[in-house]
Amino acid sequence: MASLQQSPAIKGAKVLMVGAGGIGCELLKTLALSGFEDIHIIDMDTIEVSNLNRQFLFRQKHVGQSKAKVARDAVLRFRPHISISSYHANVKDSNFNVDFFKQFNVVLNGLDNLDARRHVNRLCLAAEVPLVESGTTGFLGQVSVHVKGRTDCYECNPKPSPKTYPVCTITSTPSKFVHCIVWAKELLFAKLFGDKNQDNDLNVRSSDSTGSSEQAEDVFERKANESIEQYGRRIYDHVFGYNIEQALSNEETWKSRNKPRPIYSRDVISAELMQQNGNSDKAGSAGDPLSVSAMASLGLKNPQDLWSLKDNSRVFFEALKLFFGKREKEIGSLCFDKDDPLAVEFVTAAANIRAASFGIPLHSLFEAKGIAGNIVHAVATTNAIVAGLIVIEAIKVLQKDFDSYRMSYCLEHVTQKMLIMPVQPFEPNKSCCVCSETPLTLEIDTNHSKLRDFVEKIVKAKLSMTSPLIMHGSSLLYEVGDDLDDAMIANYSANLEKVLSSLPSPVTSGTMLTVEDLQQEFTCNINIKHREEFDEENEPDGMVLHGWTQVPTKPKDDDDKPPTGNGDSSKTSQTETVEAEAEVVVKINIEEIGASGNKRKAPDSRDISTDPPSNDVNEATAANHKKVHKIDDGDDEEELVMLDHWDIDTNKKQKLR
Amino acid sequence: KPSFGLYGTRKTFLFSSDSSKPILPCSSTLSEVGAGLQREFGFPVVWFGRCVIQVQFTDSGISRVLGFSSLLLNCLLIVNLVTRVRLEMEGEQLTEQETALYDRQIRVWGADAQRRLSKSHIFVYGMKGTVAEFCKNIVLAGVGSVTLMDDRAVTNEALASNFLIPPEEKVYSGKTLAELCCDSLKEFNPMVHVSVEKAELVTLGQQFFEKFDVVVISSCPPATKILINEKCRKLSKRVAFYTVECRDSCGEIFVDLQNYKYMKKGKADGPASECELRYSSFQEATSAPWGRLQRRTSKLYFAMRVIESFEEANGRNPGVFSVEDVPAVLQLKRKLCEAQSVSESFVPDTLLERLVIGSIEFPPVCAIIGGILGQEVIKAISGKGDPVKNFFYFDVVDGKGVIEDISSRAPEADSASSKSANIITQVVLE
Repeated sequence: MASLQQSPAIKGAKVLMVGAGGIGCELLKTLALSGFEDIHIIDMDTIEVSNLNRQFLFRQKHVGQSKAKVARDAVLRFRPHISISSYHANVKDSNFNVDFFKQFNVVLNGLDNLDARRHVNRLCLAAEVPLVESGTTGFLGQVSVHVKGRTDCYECNPKPSPKTYPVCTITSTPSKFVHCIVWAKELLFAKLFGDKNQDNDLNVRSSDSTGSSEQAEDVFERKANESIEQYGRRIYDHVFGYNIEQALSNEETWKSRNKPRPIYSRDVISAELMQQNGNSDKAGSAGDPLSVSAMASLGLKNPQDLWSLKDNSRVFFEALKLFFGKREKEIGSLCFDKDDPLAVEFVTAAANIRAASFGIPLHSLFEAKGIAGNIVHAVATTNAIVAGLIVIEAIKVLQKDFDSYRMSYCLEHVTQKMLIMPVQPFEPNKSCCVCSETPLTLEIDTNHSKLRDFVEKIVKAKLSMTSPLIMHGSSLLYEVGDDLDDAMIANYSANLEKVLSSLPSPVTSGTMLTVEDLQQEFTCNINIKHREEFDEENEPDGMVLHGWTQVPTKPKDDDDKPPTGNGDSSKTSQTETVEAEAEVVVKINIEEIGASGNKRKAPDSRDISTDPPSNDVNEATAANHKKVHKIDDGDDEEELVMLDHWDIDTNKKQKLR
Repeated sequence: KPSFGLYGTRKTFLFSSDSSKPILPCSSTLSEVGAGLQREFGFPVVWFGRCVIQVQFTDSGISRVLGFSSLLLNCLLIVNLVTRVRLEMEGEQLTEQETALYDRQIRVWGADAQRRLSKSHIFVYGMKGTVAEFCKNIVLAGVGSVTLMDDRAVTNEALASNFLIPPEEKVYSGKTLAELCCDSLKEFNPMVHVSVEKAELVTLGQQFFEKFDVVVISSCPPATKILINEKCRKLSKRVAFYTVECRDSCGEIFVDLQNYKYMKKGKADGPASECELRYSSFQEATSAPWGRLQRRTSKLYFAMRVIESFEEANGRNPGVFSVEDVPAVLQLKRKLCEAQSVSESFVPDTLLERLVIGSIEFPPVCAIIGGILGQEVIKAISGKGDPVKNFFYFDVVDGKGVIEDISSRAPEADSASSKSANIITQVVLE
């Protein structure tokens, strides 16, 4: 096998790597050592300090530079004679189209989000280029091969949707710390420092009178003659005191729940303490917004300490003061960012004060940051192992060694004597709407839902399309592109605001819509079914898509999970504000085996199995393709494969809690 | 006699210098309590007469002082003691820089594990591709120090699989493998001290190894591995000992943690239990009678023993100079199988041929074996996670990463329940 380094299949191969993060760095190094000589690498990210513990091609001095470029330069230092092309760009950019993908022999993914993975999957399907997909979290990792027609595609099996929470849980009845974080981040932070014009549920539920929303707007606006201390106290008393009192007045809500306690600033912090709260000189310079810190000005050091209600309140006031004092220009356009220390401090403090009010245990800044930032746990060793496994699969793909393709898992706990477990790749899912063009069904209120809702909640959020085109028969309803003339743009934006049934070509029950993404060369048909009532708790989108391979949110259990690495954690955030680290959440993917395993188990309970041991290779290759036989001395352990994975997953979940 | 105890889900220490009223019954002396605390948390305890202090420990150290009683002590002294304990703990806390750098991995293994890592010292011998991968992993993880030893000069083989060696001849000529790797590793993490030790491995005395918490030996004859392993075993402190070898697309890791106690995580959020593993030495583990091992034992175990026998008999590694070693290795295998009273097919010829002809490491396997070894060393230092006992194998052909528990001492438990057989004592602490 070592002689492979000189093999023409490897030397002559043109390889595309998507992602130069945790897996990407390891992968690029292992590819170069293994004899690959033409490697292309795309990554839109720049280097951050928290990358340096595992993305070993990067140094402190590279912070802020393009990952793709620095990784290329670093590998060229020990392999100067190979060709590496780097692209500091988003893989979704239109120049990375099907023709671009067609030039490669294999595509290797080391990505950090579901959306980009889907996008690459579709381009690989359209360009008919094999894809090796990967992900890690903590000690768990996974590598899989996707070849059109031979194996499943990345979207054949369900991926759990990003966790969403019902609006009223967030606004009125939080029961877990994560609810408080979502409230602090998506509602309060967005209200105070973000775009004022955006819809925000902050006050809707907390008072009953219909006219209160205008009055509420005033509450969050700083008055002309108001000092920052007065303003802070007014906000504090409004959201932690007045709003809670209002909520308490609705007694029905609290019959089966613990009543929250209104908290007013005067009860927590005295006027004198307020005056001498922080030492702003220590808070960092105004020149570098990311150096401003309320912890520094308050002399709080350890991010893993649990702050008291008083400390949290001090941080709340200090952070607010610093935003207005040192970063006033940004107010109105800020989005929560886990790498913005002041934003993390504010959100931690606000979430903790709310938690205190609702009798929920408080959390340290370190923990809160992990939840708010959807931070994926990551270590170098798992990435190195996964990169090795990717290269092994890539070589099999280049040698067209179909029978030995494997999907591999890195496990945290020994399972059937294994820490690295290979399984047979899945067969294509015949009802997969991505690789087999099966139509989907959408239940929607055609008289009330606007085309915009459909575009945002279905086409973008669920189908992950970037440049969609929506057709009803031969009439175009909507389209995105650079080459549209003004009349078309005006026409489309008018359509966006219309409800479905009053579009120029009305969409009603029984209509079949065609949604197409020209860049991804992906087309999808959607049958529309009119429905008027939706359950706000379980169907917060107000529409339900069937046939789409996403795991429905499980009732209780799922609530305990922290938000996963890819996606928003609240119904209210439409955009993906969160950047997970370079690796994906394997939890998701391991659930995926469980789920698809169940599905596939129905027709043939032996469909999934581990592959045979090495000494029986010949026998195995003859016997194992698709219809798997258990050659491993006939014990019954194999049947447990998916159960084991479920166990691993639940363990992980519990640990994360 | 003072008292000293441990209870609860969080680590809450109750200690008292008042022997007449122990808070929790305990037979330790004052100095033993001090030593115990120092061992447990790495900070010295200074006693100010009679007092009782209750402190709450979290992952990051003392989170708060819960209370103290001291009828005979004046307030000043209490304040002194509390401040003292706090100060000592603060020195033990991770710096802001460390917290920022290690953020993602602290979320995996916790701040106390990170502290233990930063105080650990690793010795590494034999700088081939797999060991280079391993070193990269532990330097990134943030161990205290790494000491490298390998006086060999750069060869084509080293250049092929070791990414720590710059390929320009003018850079590498005149330097040893260890020196070149040291230069590269230093850049990966300025907080880790990487250095080179120049000496003959076999001449190193026992006390040399006392400086280390972990010893990793690679690419040297089996007799040397046995020798170093025995030296480590004779020390009063426990030194975790590992060997690692990769040939072609296969790899082997051997682990000796001697008697290793750790807290085993309970299943499904159940209580953690103390678990003790008893490891075999390298010699014991590599001399197990073949006939007694399970039929499903990884064939790589036997194949690697055949390769070792060749090395012992011929004084060199097979395949390094010539593929013509294949017939001799196969003949040796037949002899060994006969001596062990097992059939010849016990060790497949095809596997041995691969190992002899492809004696050079295959980079993806270096990454995998180096990754697993890194993980194992991190587990042993931090005391978190189930360690491998006592062999790990990976082969590209089947893609499996398998654990084997092999010793010549006691007969193998005959079922797959060897996992539970490992557990000698189980004390539920919760």
